[in-house]
Amino acid sequence: MQFFLEVLISGLLSGVMYALVALGFVLIYKASGVFNFAQGAMVYLAALSVAGCMEKGAPLWLAIILAFVIMTLFGIATEKFVLRKLVNQPPITLFMATIGLAFFIEGLAPIVFGSEPRALDLGIVDEPIAVILDAWDMVISKFDLVAAGVAALLVTALALFFQYTRTGRALRAVADDHQAALSIGIPLQHIWAIVWGIAGFAALVAGLMWGARNGVQFALTFTALKALPVLIIGGFTSVPGAIAGGLIIGASEKLAEIYLPPVMESMFGGNFGGIEGWFPYVLALFFLLVRPEGLFGEKHIDRV
Amino acid sequence: MSKKTGEVILDLQSISLRFGGVKALTDISFDVREHEIRAIIGPNGAGKSSMLNVINGVYHPQEGVIIFRGQERKRMEPHQAATQGIARTFQNIALFKGMSVLDNIMTGRITRMKASFIEHALWLGRAKREELEHRKKVEEVIDFLEIQHIRRIPVGRLPYGLQKRVELGRALAAEPSMLLLDEPMAGMNVEEKQDMCRFILDVNDQFGTTIVLIEHDMGVVMDISDRVVVLDYGKKIGDGLPDDVKNNEDVITAYLGVSH
Amino acid sequence: MLYREAGQFKTSYAADQQLFPIRQDRIGILILLAVVFLVIPGVAGDYWFSAILIPFLIFSLAALGLNILTGYAGQLSLGSAAFMAVGAYAAYNFQLRIDGIPILVSFVCAGLTAAGIGILFGLPSLWIKGFYLAVATLAAQFFIVWCLTKFPWLSNYSSSGVISTQPLIIFGHAFTSPQEKYLLVLTIVAVMALAAKNMVRSSTGRAWMAVRDMDVAASVIGIRLMPVKLLAFAVSSFYCGVAGALYAFCYLGSVEPDGFSLDMSFRILFMIIIGGVGSILGSFLGAAFILLLPVFLDIALPWAARLLGLPFSSATVSHIQVLVFGALIMFFLIVEPHGLARLWQITKEKLRLWPFPH
Repeated sequence: MQFFLEVLISGLLSGVMYALVALGFVLIYKASGVFNFAQGAMVYLAALSVAGCMEKGAPLWLAIILAFVIMTLFGIATEKFVLRKLVNQPPITLFMATIGLAFFIEGLAPIVFGSEPRALDLGIVDEPIAVILDAWDMVISKFDLVAAGVAALLVTALALFFQYTRTGRALRAVADDHQAALSIGIPLQHIWAIVWGIAGFAALVAGLMWGARNGVQFALTFTALKALPVLIIGGFTSVPGAIAGGLIIGASEKLAEIYLPPVMESMFGGNFGGIEGWFPYVLALFFLLVRPEGLFGEKHIDRV
Repeated sequence: MSKKTGEVILDLQSISLRFGGVKALTDISFDVREHEIRAIIGPNGAGKSSMLNVINGVYHPQEGVIIFRGQERKRMEPHQAATQGIARTFQNIALFKGMSVLDNIMTGRITRMKASFIEHALWLGRAKREELEHRKKVEEVIDFLEIQHIRRIPVGRLPYGLQKRVELGRALAAEPSMLLLDEPMAGMNVEEKQDMCRFILDVNDQFGTTIVLIEHDMGVVMDISDRVVVLDYGKKIGDGLPDDVKNNEDVITAYLGVSH
Repeated sequence: MLYREAGQFKTSYAADQQLFPIRQDRIGILILLAVVFLVIPGVAGDYWFSAILIPFLIFSLAALGLNILTGYAGQLSLGSAAFMAVGAYAAYNFQLRIDGIPILVSFVCAGLTAAGIGILFGLPSLWIKGFYLAVATLAAQFFIVWCLTKFPWLSNYSSSGVISTQPLIIFGHAFTSPQEKYLLVLTIVAVMALAAKNMVRSSTGRAWMAVRDMDVAASVIGIRLMPVKLLAFAVSSFYCGVAGALYAFCYLGSVEPDGFSLDMSFRILFMIIIGGVGSILGSFLGAAFILLLPVFLDIALPWAARLLGLPFSSATVSHIQVLVFGALIMFFLIVEPHGLARLWQITKEKLRLWPFPH
């Protein structure tokens, strides 16, 4: 039981990290209807920018600011040179364009910042929290807890931003109905640029956390892909859904990773590691059977 | 009632349809006789399109009975309606935009084509024969609608009026016994409307096709339909011959508002 | 004046519905077939066969498979490589476990196995669309490759799932030289491309395109969505499966599951985007483009680097490749979403009118 709880909690905490990536997807999808496959690549770009700037001698805080500037500029450029030219195309075309964008980033980022894997030191140690270890004999990583805290902070900040600022309200209006928003004078392209900026910021936070935890390397993009099943479970348009989906995926993935292979090995023999590579996707697939619109998504009625 | 019309072939009894909490149709009953042109009219949002969607199985009403050709049915899928001889057009044209006019109309005959994909792949006897046979039939429809010159053009590139005509062609290619037309003349100019009226009357006259029609142009409706149903806010407020409906108090109120 | 259909009157629908209604096209295709079957085998060297022509044909076939599913039936898939893997491993196992099974029969069986698994992973398409389906196909990509690595029976207990294919013997003749392998692959690909063309120009293809363009309307005219979508998954996976078997048997000779990566699936997707979504010809053009581009960059980049005096490492070259792929995808989607096939079509239309501008 002790062990089970430990696995569960560490799964939930890493789920928060998935949710961080998923948040970026949701923001862009809500505001512009674009399913941004490149969000994972943006996480990679953000982490590489920070690591690259630090290598050139910038202190951490400056590197983060520089990375933020890079991400924002990049987001605005994407909106201006790619998405704006694809307005009125079917969503699937936009989706494929963002796959192209992902490749573009994955090629460009290492050319600029170097491709060798690097460690990213945020000054938080990845060690068990002593109090919990003493009191309950459970290993809960200090780093994971901080990451979860950062994620919670980010979500709260975004929620407040959407609820209480002028720009936030405009963003929600755009998400509801592009045409209507345009007609009351909300500058659509301006808004989209802001959204890409915010998504870039979300990618930066995710990149910092993931980079510090697993090192800054290309494999980050695969970790970021895990945000896709998170979205399916949470629904594409819901911020709370992204969080809930992240927690579900994180926890179930960890549990499956620990408890499934022994069962399978006793059934078939052999070695069944690496389940976490596909488990979230298959879980999402089964989830679709029950709730195609996701946990918090809206049910869609076809009008003809 | 005109002489040409026959037995009741479609009987709708107390149909109610809800989307979540929104009532689209409430307790609606009416019937359609063979060979007649039956119009459904009403203000925007009255539930006219929903009514057609119920008839051909796109929506499933929560309550009520639909009897088509003596067969009572509770729940039916759209493709079943198609195989039973119900074809339709849509308010916002639902053509296959990436395909040519010819291919679009050919799809109308899909329920009658029996060759399997393996026969198609190998282009064996039956597959080839069927393609030719049905092509002939489709060319008749193309001639009938006078759209020979645009056969090869992808429908996405055609102007609105022609697209409406192609959509009618796709429905006609199925040789339906009942044709559901959702605002076939919306957005057309006078000339195009006249053409469309002529086609509808010809179809009804030449092939004896029963037609259920939604239309906003009152002049057209009163001219070509045999009987008219009037809906308002999902309820039936009138039913009868065009002239009777025209003088019905409730109908006038629904259209012109209440005068005090 | 050369490419003109004037004077070629069709007097029957049969004549109008043949594969290539314009006489010049018929002559063109005959010349093309003569060149690829008769001339190329005589003049091309081994490098051309094994490094360029054979992979080109195999990826054209895979792209054709994906194009049937995505381009014609409108169901986006990100798992084509996994279905190729199924084909490769199935063919290997049929050869291994059934004594004396002819190699071509095992290729067909490999295709059928892939088709079966394709139907299984196509089931979600019955209730989900678009991005959701794309994510579902990612499940196929990761799960299938994982299974091939982890179930040792599938690779006959070799380490890390590597298989070495059996010799290619057909009617007692061993296909060993690159030239012979090329002719074998070419024949299979040509036959399957013809079959694909026949499917998409008949009611099977029209049903797919109807579902792609507007599924509600398709069901209203009597198309049953479930069998049509599943058929697209089955046929598409069959094509990818056969492509996978050829990839293992005629191209590499030895493959491992991880070779059929997500990256490969994306490359196949890029082939159809650049070549032309919903075009048989486009599958070939796209495969050629995506395969030749790295070859071209490999030659051009170091040369350009020397010219500019910049040191380009081989890692940089491969990054530039990825970058160029991405940029080209965006470029094509923006400028010519119907890809190279449309450019070819426009050229032909221009030729028909030449020398007049309209």
